[in-house]
Amino acid sequence: MEWEVVIGLEVHVQLATQSKIFSGASTAFGAEPNTQACAIDLAMPGTLPVPNEEAFRFAVMFGLAMNAEIGMRSVFERKNYFYPDLPKGYQTTQLEQPIVGEGQIEIHLEDGSSKTVRLHHAHLEEDAGKSLHEDFHGMSGIDLNRAGTPLIEIVSEPDMRSAAEAVAYLKKIHSIVTYLGISDGDMSQGSLRCDANVSVRLKGEEELGTRTEIKNLNSFRFIEKAIKVEAQRQIDLIEDGGKVTQETRLYDADKNETRSMRSKEVANDYRYFPCPDLLPVVLTDDYVEQIRGELPELPDAKCARFEKDYGLSAYDADQLTQERATADYFEQVAAKSGEAKLAANWVMGELAALLNREEKSIEDSPVSAEHLAGLIARIKDNTISSKIAKQVFEAMANGDGDADTVIEAKGLKQVSDTGAIEKLVDDVIAASTSQVENYRNADPDKRPKMMGFFVGQIMKASKGQANPQMINKILKEKLDALL
Amino acid sequence: MAVDAQTVEKLAELARIAISEETIDEVSSRLGDVLQLVDQLQAVNTDGVEPMAHPLDEVQVLRKDEVTEPNRREAFLALAPQSEAGLYLVPKVID
Repeated sequence: MEWEVVIGLEVHVQLATQSKIFSGASTAFGAEPNTQACAIDLAMPGTLPVPNEEAFRFAVMFGLAMNAEIGMRSVFERKNYFYPDLPKGYQTTQLEQPIVGEGQIEIHLEDGSSKTVRLHHAHLEEDAGKSLHEDFHGMSGIDLNRAGTPLIEIVSEPDMRSAAEAVAYLKKIHSIVTYLGISDGDMSQGSLRCDANVSVRLKGEEELGTRTEIKNLNSFRFIEKAIKVEAQRQIDLIEDGGKVTQETRLYDADKNETRSMRSKEVANDYRYFPCPDLLPVVLTDDYVEQIRGELPELPDAKCARFEKDYGLSAYDADQLTQERATADYFEQVAAKSGEAKLAANWVMGELAALLNREEKSIEDSPVSAEHLAGLIARIKDNTISSKIAKQVFEAMANGDGDADTVIEAKGLKQVSDTGAIEKLVDDVIAASTSQVENYRNADPDKRPKMMGFFVGQIMKASKGQANPQMINKILKEKLDALL
Repeated sequence: MAVDAQTVEKLAELARIAISEETIDEVSSRLGDVLQLVDQLQAVNTDGVEPMAHPLDEVQVLRKDEVTEPNRREAFLALAPQSEAGLYLVPKVID
């Protein structure tokens, strides 16, 4: 039996506003507990919410970037449930008339193929506070700083068919919201979180299987693993004659398994109704058109431009444009060095490896775009070879200054002086009588390959600094003269 | 339309309201009266009528994105039955 996995994602994105969605309290991350929770956030009697215009602007930007319908008239509703980190006893959210309607985006998969994922809708809502369960003499501690932080919840159609597609979709959402600057997208701080609806069905089957919802996935890696393990659980269950129960599950990363959230509560019944404290929010065409005019270049457009203007491959252009900061860095290096292809190779190669090793983002790169451009310029004008360049790069990463300073200080300048290289070649030939003899007796076709030995010796003698093209040329002349 | 005891109990639990055994009958009959009124309203033909959000046809005013609220943590924490280390303490909740 061949099974098909069906996935839909609900992505929560914290919007990068200064103040909360319904109050003037700060949203800054990392403040002392409850210092950013005002009377409105605490649901004090007599308070009234006033929506933040910026949250609407950000939501509209997102909608436009997703080619979605914009809700010109959107309505807030109350979603009623009790939990201590939700002081009002309801979450103010949107249901029937959300700010963003149907849309679609293109996702790019690792094998180079693309796929369209449909957006069901996206709505504005408030985040809840945080509950801390440890070390309060058997009680829970509540921090309401996060309560009221604006979120957009982005709901996809069940259009994804593998964990890899789900990750590609999420990366695309991440890419779009960070390009737009409407969220910092920092998953480690919870700025972007994801619930995955997963079901399985036999391939070719039209009807969807019973789904489970995996809650609160907060890294690309966990999402991929959680979906894989949950899909397999469902397949095993059905193949053993069982049935999938519609329920909410949690992913345990340590055990790599999902488990049911055995909540004793009555099945969710949120009793939504329009919030009487808030009127419908009505936007004008002018307002939306003005936002459209201010949208930055988005990942797909940037990717196409990189291919065209810099002559990059589709793969390279895609890799470089997934994150706006990477794209900006690359463009600076390309512009300053005048070598787009070398710039692309270095940003995706040595630089990416360095950042990965040091667990740093490109914004905090130890090697600035200017320094990398300077290094590439020295490769281009033959001051150093590519091999030596890696050494210079490491030194720049250690804070030893720009490329010229490092090359000068370490004496790494490529030797391109004919006399000096001739001497190196002569010395090696003189010291390698048997290899020279073999070369002379060899079949002419085999000779070019045999030169490798001499080149290696000469490079070694020059500590890697001799100009390789010149070695090849001079060496060949000298060996051929011995024939 | 009558509301059975089971529904009353479910609603009470969802709303976190304690309703004693003795009052269930009374509550269910009063809720039934409310629903009867709703039934009467539903008899009105509302085809093509937009749901009313406000009697004056107002729309929501939005505010500028500015931080205007100062930190008043100590005053708010003082209202809570229990607090510690800047946190409100509540009976342990774990999902």
